[in-house]
Amino acid sequence: MSDIAIRADQLGKRYRIGRAQQRHDTLRDALVAGVRGPLDRLRRPKPEEARPEEPAGSIWALKDISFEVRRGEVLGVIGRNGAGKSTLLKILSRITEPTQGRAEIHGRVGSLLEVGTGFHPELTGRENIYLNGAILGMHRAEIDRHFDEIVAFAEIEKFLETPVKRYSSGMYVRLAFAVAAHLEPEILLVDEVLAVGDAAFQKKCLGKMGEVAREGRTVLFVSHNMGAVLALCDKAVTIEAGRKVTEGASRAVIDTYLSSMLATGLTHSIAPARPDGMEAWVESATLECDGQISTTLPLGGTLAITVRFRSTIPTQMPSVGILVSSVGGQAVLNSNNIYLPSRALPSPVTEGVVRCSLGQVPLMANRYYVSLWLGIDASAKHQFLDAALTFEVVERDAWGTGRLPTSRISDLWWPTEFAYNSAQV
Amino acid sequence: MSGVVLGSQSEFEVPTPVVVIQPTRGWASLQLRAVWEYRELLYFLVWRDLKVRYKQTALGVAWIVLQPVASMVVFSGLFGVLLKVPSGDVPYPVFLYAALLPWNYFASSLTRSSTSIVGSANLITKVYFPRLIIPLAGVLSGLVDFCIAFLILIALMVFYGLAPSAAAALLPLFLLLAVVTALGFGLWLSALNVRYRDVNHLLPYLVQIWMYLTPVIYGSTLLPERFRWLLALNPMTAVTEGFRWALLGRYLADARAPQPLVLVSVAIALVVLASGLVVFRRTERTFADII
Repeated sequence: MSDIAIRADQLGKRYRIGRAQQRHDTLRDALVAGVRGPLDRLRRPKPEEARPEEPAGSIWALKDISFEVRRGEVLGVIGRNGAGKSTLLKILSRITEPTQGRAEIHGRVGSLLEVGTGFHPELTGRENIYLNGAILGMHRAEIDRHFDEIVAFAEIEKFLETPVKRYSSGMYVRLAFAVAAHLEPEILLVDEVLAVGDAAFQKKCLGKMGEVAREGRTVLFVSHNMGAVLALCDKAVTIEAGRKVTEGASRAVIDTYLSSMLATGLTHSIAPARPDGMEAWVESATLECDGQISTTLPLGGTLAITVRFRSTIPTQMPSVGILVSSVGGQAVLNSNNIYLPSRALPSPVTEGVVRCSLGQVPLMANRYYVSLWLGIDASAKHQFLDAALTFEVVERDAWGTGRLPTSRISDLWWPTEFAYNSAQV
Repeated sequence: MSGVVLGSQSEFEVPTPVVVIQPTRGWASLQLRAVWEYRELLYFLVWRDLKVRYKQTALGVAWIVLQPVASMVVFSGLFGVLLKVPSGDVPYPVFLYAALLPWNYFASSLTRSSTSIVGSANLITKVYFPRLIIPLAGVLSGLVDFCIAFLILIALMVFYGLAPSAAAALLPLFLLLAVVTALGFGLWLSALNVRYRDVNHLLPYLVQIWMYLTPVIYGSTLLPERFRWLLALNPMTAVTEGFRWALLGRYLADARAPQPLVLVSVAIALVVLASGLVVFRRTERTFADII
């Protein structure tokens, strides 16, 4: 038996985008094309030549990806959003087919692209454990065997017979992860499912993942949380724009990745394309550092983000969320107006500007990413712009002491007032 | 899309399954073996369908009975009493219900399976399993409703004092033909629905028109002899007429044992099923990309 668990050879996936492709997305188009096609072929006798190797309006989401994962190895796949990590995972999980290349997987595969796939809100916790387990590829006997462990891990003993639609989001996620964690494949393909739940539960999940890895199972772990990759993976590969850039020991790969991130440009303004199917969306977003449109924030300076939004239906103040993460993928700051009182406007609007003033941000010198959410309460869908803006906190002698706080100790500095009181109170 | 090839160890060891992933060109195998391996998922999807269907309804499972009974009452009033559709020596409600029962099964199964793939988009884009299981579950979950609604038929026959003929033993075969027909068309439509959501709009009309083209509210003898072969092009004719013949044959003067034309219906159903399987398998590989 070979000791290779996963072998990918020149995997590539091409997606068609935009309007250049011949789409027949309504039946009428297809019928018209069906009638026209043969006629066109009569006129153009060599259709093969007319078809270029790379059709216009298509992109390679993944190209020439080759790697091997040995049995028992934990491989981390890192890269920016849209680099092709998820596409790779989808191909290896057999959800979508590669356009070219070949991969071999030796062993029983379990893939976790999200937790709680196929959970049905009307069914009880008990019923969902069985349903979700079956969807993830577990046999009934296996689920029976692990049932008590799953329930204990999720800490939902009392709510076993309650429909999951009445669960809190925390309970829901815990149950979903618990089922997934008890999957016993020889090879596990995991997307960033760890980015769920509260901090304590995340820790528990990471611990479970580490356990899985130590049991000698093969794991392919896709993430942009460098800390998690470093903790779990022996080896890592970086994917950029659909191609493999680096491969090796995870520490070295992460270092290379982080320095390449630092070398790329910063973004103070974006004007994203209108997303499909959203009732409200961000038209533009701009970063202001110390009152100026800039990507450089002097240590101790004030930060503001201006979000221009549009909506198809008249709405109150939209809900806006801000997540600031460090270059290593660690979330350091989170802010959302849904928790704040009174978001009513004098009258509903379909466009406007929300200015988010974060004030003085207690961040150490480093590079940071700003991700944005935008949505309206009437709609469950929120637009998420991952790492939309970037800025850099630069050191400065803010207090004129000639000493600079160092980021080696913590990610945050805190403007604390140190007042002296004599010993006798 | 990819095949599971068992390793070359002896049968007594646990073989390491090897999955090969590569672009499929041309014909894809039907992978019926993979469907068999995932039979437990099929079971759970059918079970989910049944559990969820009548959750948070005040009448619950009673709907299974109420729906066909209500249609029977309305149709009997309209077509039996007002329009006086001939039903031989059988009271019209029984005559109607014997055909309405398999028709309802077919109509709901066709609708469920045709919309099943699009309805399971969250599964399709996140987990691998043989996609055939989804429309298959849609067709199988209707069988439970069928069985319960069948009890009403028995009650009706007892009420009117009608005894079935020995041919009633053939009922499962006619039901099987309905399953095959629903699955065949369901495969076609569910695959088309992924790319062309027109199917969603078309479906209600298709089902409605199809019912009028099938001898449900009327018997095939209503048509002149020389046109009856046209009805045989519709496999559901063989099902509804077969049900009537098998259950009420002894009371219907002009109910005849299935004619050779039934073979045409069966052949058409099988062709639709086979071509549906092929079309489904061929388009399945793009489901996750375009759904």
